[in-house]
This record gives sequence, C-alpha cells and structure tokens, in this order.
Amino acid sequence: MDTYEPHIYELSAPGKHGTNLPRLDVPEAALPTALLRQDGMNDFPELTEPEVMRHYTRISQRNASPDTMMYPLGSCTMKATPKLHEEVARYAGFAAVHPLQDESLSQGALQLMYELQDYLGEISGFEAVSLQPAAGAQGELTGILAFRAYHLDRGDPDRTEVLVPNAAHGTNPATAAMVGLKVVELKSDARGNVDMDDLRAKLSPRTAGMMLTNPNTLGLFEDQIVEICQLVHEAGGLMYGDGANFNAILGIAKPGKLGFDFMHYNLHKTFTTPHGGGGPGSGAVGCTAELAPFLPGPRVRQTASGSYELFTPEKSIGRMKAFHGNFAMLVRAWTYIRTLGAAGLREVSEIAVLNANYVRVKLKDLYPQAIDRICMHETVLRGQIAGAQGIRTLDIAKRLIDYGFHPPTVYFPLIVPEALMIEPTETEGKRTLDIFIQAMRDIAREAVETPDVLHDAPTTAPVRRLDEVRAARQPILRYNAEAFAQILNER
Amino acid sequence: MSISIPGDLRYSTSDEWVRTEGEEVVIGITDYAQDALGDVVYIELPAVGTVLTPGESFGVIESVKASSDLYAPIGGEVVAVNSDLEANQEPINQDPYGAGWLLRIRPSGEEEPLMDATAYAAYCEERAH
Repeated sequence: MDTYEPHIYELSAPGKHGTNLPRLDVPEAALPTALLRQDGMNDFPELTEPEVMRHYTRISQRNASPDTMMYPLGSCTMKATPKLHEEVARYAGFAAVHPLQDESLSQGALQLMYELQDYLGEISGFEAVSLQPAAGAQGELTGILAFRAYHLDRGDPDRTEVLVPNAAHGTNPATAAMVGLKVVELKSDARGNVDMDDLRAKLSPRTAGMMLTNPNTLGLFEDQIVEICQLVHEAGGLMYGDGANFNAILGIAKPGKLGFDFMHYNLHKTFTTPHGGGGPGSGAVGCTAELAPFLPGPRVRQTASGSYELFTPEKSIGRMKAFHGNFAMLVRAWTYIRTLGAAGLREVSEIAVLNANYVRVKLKDLYPQAIDRICMHETVLRGQIAGAQGIRTLDIAKRLIDYGFHPPTVYFPLIVPEALMIEPTETEGKRTLDIFIQAMRDIAREAVETPDVLHDAPTTAPVRRLDEVRAARQPILRYNAEAFAQILNER
Repeated sequence: MSISIPGDLRYSTSDEWVRTEGEEVVIGITDYAQDALGDVVYIELPAVGTVLTPGESFGVIESVKASSDLYAPIGGEVVAVNSDLEANQEPINQDPYGAGWLLRIRPSGEEEPLMDATAYAAYCEERAH
C-alpha cells in the first residue's frame, strides 16, 4: 500500500488560487524592499482551496495517533486527550486573553493558574509550584538550576556533581551537563533498582543532588526510595524527581513525602494535554518550601482581598519561558483534575498499572521480561524470541504497524538489550489489550515460521520501512525539487 | 549472533578495545558495541594533542538507536585520530577492529582495569541474557 502523496509544491501551478478578491480600487504599490525575504524562498505554492483541503486531510489520515489506534509508547504516556479539554481550552475567556492584559482583566485565567499550582502541589506533596517550564526537559533544567542556586546561596560552591542512574532518561544527564555540572553515573542492581552500594560510594561533599525517576524507566518502583533520599540528604545533596512516570502513583504516593525536594510534572503525559506533535508540552515544577524562593517567576498568588496577582519569588533563577508558560495546556490539565477529582486520579494510576501487568503476564512466555518483577505503569520486555533467527526488536515494532498498532518504545532503556517498552495507559480496555496481546503473539510465531514477513514490515502502511541510516547520514533539511525528484526515481 | 573478539586485544567494560603497537596504542569500539549500537551515523573525536585520563569521556558516538559517550580505556596523549570517520562512519560497523579504529595514543601508563579476550567474551555473554 505504498501510495505516494505529492508534495504541495508538486500540486502547485501558476495562477491557481483559493480566494477571489474584489477588483483593486487603489493604486498598486510594491512592497518596501526592506520587507522582502532575502533568502530566495519567494515561491509559495499556488493551489485551489479544495486541493489544499484534500492534501492536508489525506496526510492527516495517514497519521498514527491515539485517535486512530492504541499507542503503547513506553515512558510517553500517550493516553487519550478528552475532547472536553479541547472545548474548555477554546473558551474565549481563555483563548482570547492576551498575556500582557492587565491583571485586573485576567482574574479568571490567574485563578485557574493559582488553583492548578495548588492541585499539583497537593497531588505531589510539595509546597510551591511554578507553571513556567515548557516541557519536561525544561522542568529538569529549572530544577537543577535551582539546586545550583540553592547551594551557592548557602555559600557551598563546591557541589558540582549530579548522580544519575544508568537507566535514566537521557534528558537527566543532559540537564546536569547543561547547567555545567558533572554527571556521575550510578549502576542498577539485579532487581533493576539503584545499586545502593554504588550510591553510597559515589556520594560526597561534591554531590549537588541526584536525579531519579520513580517508578524508573524499567517500569519498576524504586522501593528503597526513602533510604535513597535520606542518604542523599545526609551527604548534603538534594533529590530531583523526574515526573515522566508520575502516571503510576497518582493518589497513591506523594514524591514530596517520599523525600524528593523538587520534581517536574509532564502535564502532557500524566494530565492528558496533547503531545507528540499534537501540541506543545508543559513541564510545571513543584518543590519544598526551602527551594520555593528559587522558583522561576512569575507565579500566581492570592491577595488578602481574594484577588489574584503575579509575583516573582525573591531569589528566583529567573524566567524560563515567555509570559505564563504554555497557558492553554494549563487549562486542559486543570480540566482533567477537576473532572476526575482525587478518587478518579487514583483510579487512573490503578488501571494504568493493572493494564501494564496484564500485558506483561500475557506476553512474558514469548518475550522475556527485562527484570522478572511486578511492574508499575509500563513493562519492559525483550524482542528476543526463542527460535527466531535474525529478528530484532525493530522488526517486531515495524510488524505491529501492519496489525494496526503504534509500536512501543524500542531500544530504551539502554541497559536492556533489544528492549520493548510497553505502556498501555489507563485509556485502553480489556478488549483492545487482548487484540494487542494476540498481535504480539502472532508476530512471535511469524518471527519463527516466516521471518521475512517481519523483515519486510510494514507492508500495509502508507510508506514502507524508512532508511533511517541514510536519513541520519545525509539529511535533506530543506525542500529541493531536484533532490526530491531523484529520491522518487530511486523508489 | 556471533561476535568477533580477537585474542590479541585487551578490552574495557565500556566496550572499547586496545591494541599495543610498539610505543603506541590504538583504540576502537568492539564488534559487540557496534552490533548493539546499530548503524553509526555520527562520531565526535578529540583533537590530536588532547591528553586523556583513564575512564574519561573522550567523544560521542551516535547511531540510529542511541547516542553514547566513548570512554578512554587508558590514559595518554592523542597522537592521531581516524578523521575519515567524520564523513563516513560505515567502517565502525563493517570493520571495527581495522578501518574503524578511533584513536592512536601515546600511553601515560595509567589504565582502567582491562580484560583479555576470554574474560571479555564471558562479559558479553553475561549481558546477552
């Protein structure tokens, strides 16, 4: 089904247009030269309205998304985005408000931000929340900048090391490096948790803090978390919680009570705001009272008269983002929390964990588990099927597309060879999970009996397997008619 | 999956190999490492003259699957780098012990604990399960 959708420039022809303007009744004047583009990109495609509409509708129908299929992309929490949230975010009072509008004219928007700060703090056990960061990695950067500022403020400039487990998301070490601190990698133990002996050996007066995801990227709960936090605190360091996997513990455990000092919330994962091309993220952050003065501003507070105002914390590390963060995402997250309430949020996590374990138990005889334990909201299996020659995880992932599923995360975490990381989320019911499980079982059989079917996959998708190596080695970053024609010829 | 592990090299736990050639040593990544990484698409190597300490990160290697640091198995001064790899990384996958070499070093005498071929084979085997 390798069908080719022409590029919009290929559909273009001079003189075609989508609107009919009235006859010009003023003298025609050229645009000022200073306003003209100087980069040669002056050719805009010329098409009729139906052509444009059909082109983009066709492309949208080729998209893989939670609107069209189960999307078990581990660590990404691709849960459904309720359509109600889209409606609320489009209310004129939210959608048409200008960020520079006077506070007195933005009270509703400020109230929403104030309440969301409050809810997120309550759910996670933290004193203070800033809604500024644009996404998870920026939340991490905010946290480690705050750690650095905190240590400097205390006159302790030599804390320059950040401990990061080897199973961590790549953004953790990248964040520490971005702040100019040294990354110290921690080993994992046989149970897939932080190796406590390695942690003890690497803590020192140079320790600025530790970054930890709990549950971790193997989908396992770090059950020594209280002791980990104590050890880091005794060494004078701070604990950063990567909130990417927060979907597993809503209403069950509060990171602030476990001993974390700072965390980010991926509103676009845990709190349903769209992501993965569906919209910008939001990486709001929460922290202890001790670190609150360092949070980025502006935050929202309530005055004695009951109105809402913006303020910047006294020792703030500064702004992380223009205006008030990705505001429309805050509206969606607020709506989610208000729709479900405390009991509903807890049920989200319970079902997410139940779903992941259902998939795990139904597949582990064919796909070995990375670590043989009960998992949290996601399970990490290995694409090493007994009796299958020359089949890799990538082949299994591509074949799943033919069965109508978005593939899971593959080759992550890096410490698991041929990793397949499956996160069904609470969105899916038993019926869909059973179809997914059957597809995975069928693929395991094909891997042994007809391996070429896997090597050739996907065969039912609009495009076949992409040449990822060539795309990385010889990227074409800008449309170029000649290069494009040559690629088409080679197909 | 059969991994090539030449008997005359020494190996680090981070999957670099070390070959002594007279006064100098040559460093690369092992067949196990290239197989685990998949097709390499980018590599960043240090400048000639850089002094490495054992265990220190000396560069970055990126494949379609992952980006990893490269760690110095031994200390010393970089006397040559395989700059052909910047334009074409294929030799790292095709010939990791030959044309895919990374650095030539004048050793300082400091080393990470290194394994012989037998120990490294066991180390690879252990991680495959």
